[in-house]
Amino acid sequence: MASVTHSFMKLFRGTSTIPAQGARPVSMAQRLTRRSSGLGAVSRTLQSEAPICVLDIGSTSAANIRYLTERGHKIYSEDLLEASTDPALITKDEQGQMILDSRRFLADNLVYPAAQFDVVLCWNLADYMHESLVKPVVARLWSTIKPGGMLLAFFHTHEAGPDAPCYRYHIVDNDILEMQHVQARRDVRKGPNGALHTSIEKSFRLQRVFNNRHVENLFRDFGSIKFFLTRDNIREVLVVR
Amino acid sequence: MDTPKSGEFAHIGKSVVIKGELSGSEDLYVDGTVEGAIQLQGNNLVIGPNGHVHADVNAKGVVIQGKLEGNIRASDRAELRKSAVILGDIVTQRIAIEDGAYFKGKVEIQREGAKPNPVSATRAEPQVEAKSAAAAGTPVTKQ
Repeated sequence: MASVTHSFMKLFRGTSTIPAQGARPVSMAQRLTRRSSGLGAVSRTLQSEAPICVLDIGSTSAANIRYLTERGHKIYSEDLLEASTDPALITKDEQGQMILDSRRFLADNLVYPAAQFDVVLCWNLADYMHESLVKPVVARLWSTIKPGGMLLAFFHTHEAGPDAPCYRYHIVDNDILEMQHVQARRDVRKGPNGALHTSIEKSFRLQRVFNNRHVENLFRDFGSIKFFLTRDNIREVLVVR
Repeated sequence: MDTPKSGEFAHIGKSVVIKGELSGSEDLYVDGTVEGAIQLQGNNLVIGPNGHVHADVNAKGVVIQGKLEGNIRASDRAELRKSAVILGDIVTQRIAIEDGAYFKGKVEIQREGAKPNPVSATRAEPQVEAKSAAAAGTPVTKQ
């Protein structure tokens, strides 16, 4: 775990809310359309007539649920980024640094039988999730994916700044996505002592930028990895268990 | 199925707490707390914005504005409004989810006969603008 932490090429820290220079504010309601070759590759599996099992761990998307259920597939939805804002997860490591308790997180989230899913839609989760959770979550995902099953993830490139907006991804067509800016819910939750807290973040910030080697390292337990290069600041990655 | 007018639905107010099984043959609006089970076969359930239901629900139509922890079986339609928080599985014929709703669980569409378009989804916010952002390039493969 620590090796991954130190091997990230670029880490973003702090809680600045000042937009990066040149960054344009994105409306919450605004949706941007992008073509996705990674989704196009996954779509060949999604077109299967036999019902498959899909896990979407991005922000809840009605469009994705509709797209998949219309094709007769089962969809499981679990917003892991939102779940990671639970204040009850905050703890300290041996050096006294604040981390999120990955054991506790995985006791409450991603609780599925082994080899349950044919496809996992991970979207941009790894870029925005706290680093103490990234590797444990990927390891748990590996165990929940069927051999031969696939996972689609997006990673920012080095041109992205810490204020790159976090998006909810809606599947519109076989290789077309709509992206909608997403912020954390401000709901009240119970902490470990029963005290009430609100979410620890009000908006999601890019935590780091992975380079290709780090992405390969993150998914090293998977059988194959394919990168799709795009013209914007996103790399699409399709891994197969 | 909009927010019910007074008299249309049996009403559980926001200060009411019920523990046990609720069953009936009329529509029900829950704005309070229910723990146990709700059985309304052939009738509709609306969980209001203050409602907090910790129960498995079986009804014809289910509209959720508040919080539900439990599984939903809606023989006709399930509707998750933007303020909804649902932790549980949904089995229904049609489902509508507004943007902003939080959902953790499985959705399974049970088709009755050969009804087309069993699923519909609504958007809480209008689509303001759509831009073409990026085109895909050449895949690079590592095996």
